[in-house]
Amino acid sequence: MAGIEIRNLRKHFGDLHAVDGVSLSIRDGEFLVLLGSSGSGKTTLLRMIAGLERPTSGEIHIGDQRVDGDVPPRARGIAMVFQSYALYPHRTVFQNIAFPLEAARVPRKQIDEKVRWAAELFSISRYLDRYPRQLSGGERQRVALCRALVRDPKVFLLDEPLANLDAKLRNTARDDLKRFQRQIQTTTVYVTHDQVEAMGLGDRIVVMEHGKVRQVGTPQEVYEDPVDTFVATFVGQPPMNLLEGRDPSLPPRTVVGFRPEHFLPKSVFGPADDTRPFRFAVRRVEYLGSDRYVYGSVVEPGAPPSDVTVIAKLPATITLSIPEGETHEFAVPRRALRYFDADTGLKRAP
Amino acid sequence: MTPHRTIADREDVLGALMLAPSLGYVILLVGVPFVFAILLSFSDATAGSLHFGWAGLRNYAAILGDPIFLRALKNSAIVTVGSQVLVVVLATAAAQVLRATFRGKRFARFVLLLPWAVPVSLAAIAWTWIFDSTFSVINWTLKATGLMHGWLYWLGDPTLALLAIIIVQAWRIFPFATVIVLAGLASIPQEIVEAAIVDGAGFWRRLIQVELPLLMPVVAVAVLFGVVYTATDLGVVYILTGGGPANTTHVLPTLAFQRGILGADLGQGAAIAVFLLPFLIVVAVAMLRLARHTEVGAR
Repeated sequence: MAGIEIRNLRKHFGDLHAVDGVSLSIRDGEFLVLLGSSGSGKTTLLRMIAGLERPTSGEIHIGDQRVDGDVPPRARGIAMVFQSYALYPHRTVFQNIAFPLEAARVPRKQIDEKVRWAAELFSISRYLDRYPRQLSGGERQRVALCRALVRDPKVFLLDEPLANLDAKLRNTARDDLKRFQRQIQTTTVYVTHDQVEAMGLGDRIVVMEHGKVRQVGTPQEVYEDPVDTFVATFVGQPPMNLLEGRDPSLPPRTVVGFRPEHFLPKSVFGPADDTRPFRFAVRRVEYLGSDRYVYGSVVEPGAPPSDVTVIAKLPATITLSIPEGETHEFAVPRRALRYFDADTGLKRAP
Repeated sequence: MTPHRTIADREDVLGALMLAPSLGYVILLVGVPFVFAILLSFSDATAGSLHFGWAGLRNYAAILGDPIFLRALKNSAIVTVGSQVLVVVLATAAAQVLRATFRGKRFARFVLLLPWAVPVSLAAIAWTWIFDSTFSVINWTLKATGLMHGWLYWLGDPTLALLAIIIVQAWRIFPFATVIVLAGLASIPQEIVEAAIVDGAGFWRRLIQVELPLLMPVVAVAVLFGVVYTATDLGVVYILTGGGPANTTHVLPTLAFQRGILGADLGQGAAIAVFLLPFLIVVAVAMLRLARHTEVGAR
């Protein structure tokens, strides 16, 4: 068991600053998700923790050991699951799971016990004699987790382990993963570009962009209180609506942000609710079963029509008819409004 | 635009048409001589006349009772196996070195490929100098560094001559094998190698338990090519030793050439050459089976 301490870590590939001064404190037993689009540096950061990539500068501590120098991956007490699972195709499931133990020169008998214990935990005992090519994607993923588990690592590093699964399987795999991590309580660093995965799995989320950390926080903090417009639009589906308001009560060049689920017909709110009204020119309504997405733009009195698309997400409980092509009265509760600086994108007090 | 079907629309005709040149080439230059050689091996034909008489199995009986032929058969096996073992070990090692990043890597790869580009005869002549009884650079080097006190008559001693042939044959196939193994190494998914590193496997464990098993199909192909090139090669032995001393280093192709062309006994020469066939078929089938058996869907 160990936490991870990262101080001002950088990795440059020539002119490309893949990781550009990252500092992070990962707590012992925490499930931390690195979230970012491709090229954000999240995988490079993970690979540096693993020891597969050497930092250009900065420090990495795992537990009380500093590892950023010459400490090879095998001496870091880590285990890693790759996106492709990276199972050894010429070895059976048993031999795959046993490999790290063989490398650590664990006695045969103990290897046998340990492999069977791990296989039991992930219910793959009956596949032990099969080869990876004979398994489905979900089964391979569990073999990869078993292989990581048997080493008793201090830290789990997972690089998009669910990306190759189909959507249906991904939900159950996510649930299994979270339950498993709660059970063994090992510090876990998980890389993904999928914000739903990040929200669902992480104790905390690190949002990265261009090699830098944009925000660190619980899923709730990141979702409800994004530090800038990047995080506001990157997390959440559909993203947060951003309007450069011409509201005279606000300082100039202020962007107003609100989540689509807070943008509802005015008639839904009671007279006591403190709301900010908007006139909403509805262009198109998308019926999605549990929700309706309403696309359109906000009309400000006395201003030319805005071409910024605003989305409202109406739960099925609101049955009000919203005809397309008409303008409706909508509103957002004032406590759900967020304000950003139009120039820097940073969060600003109202 | 043509309203009716042209030849380019008719895939059956087009396919046959495009296949025809190569098919004709193979039939005329491989098929016909091959059948002709088998026919000759059952005849008493000689190089000097057009007479073609049926000799039955007499040619085969003659060579099977001939110690020179049996020696040549054994030499063919020794040279082929010996050179290929050497090639597999050296090529795997060289591929590991050439995979690493270092300055001048491209140049090193280029130099490594050179033996492949040198004509066999030229190379063999260069090697006769290296193994020359008086001027052998190997001997002079060993002598100058004090590692040897006697003198090695490379091409004059049957054992040393065979060793020399093995070295030259290995040298000839080595670049090709290295390139194939390099390609094989490149085709191993990087994540699998990294998984082995994270799993705590050191260099040797990674090489022996992960990389080599995954390389097996590719190495088998390299060996198959090497065996065919080496077993059928005439030039190296012919120029290096000419089958000598005293017919001790003949391989099947040189003996076939000596008997059939120089000795004018076409029938016997053909019979000797035909002996390569079962030898090569066995090797080819074995290698292809091995390649298929060890073939693994990487994912």
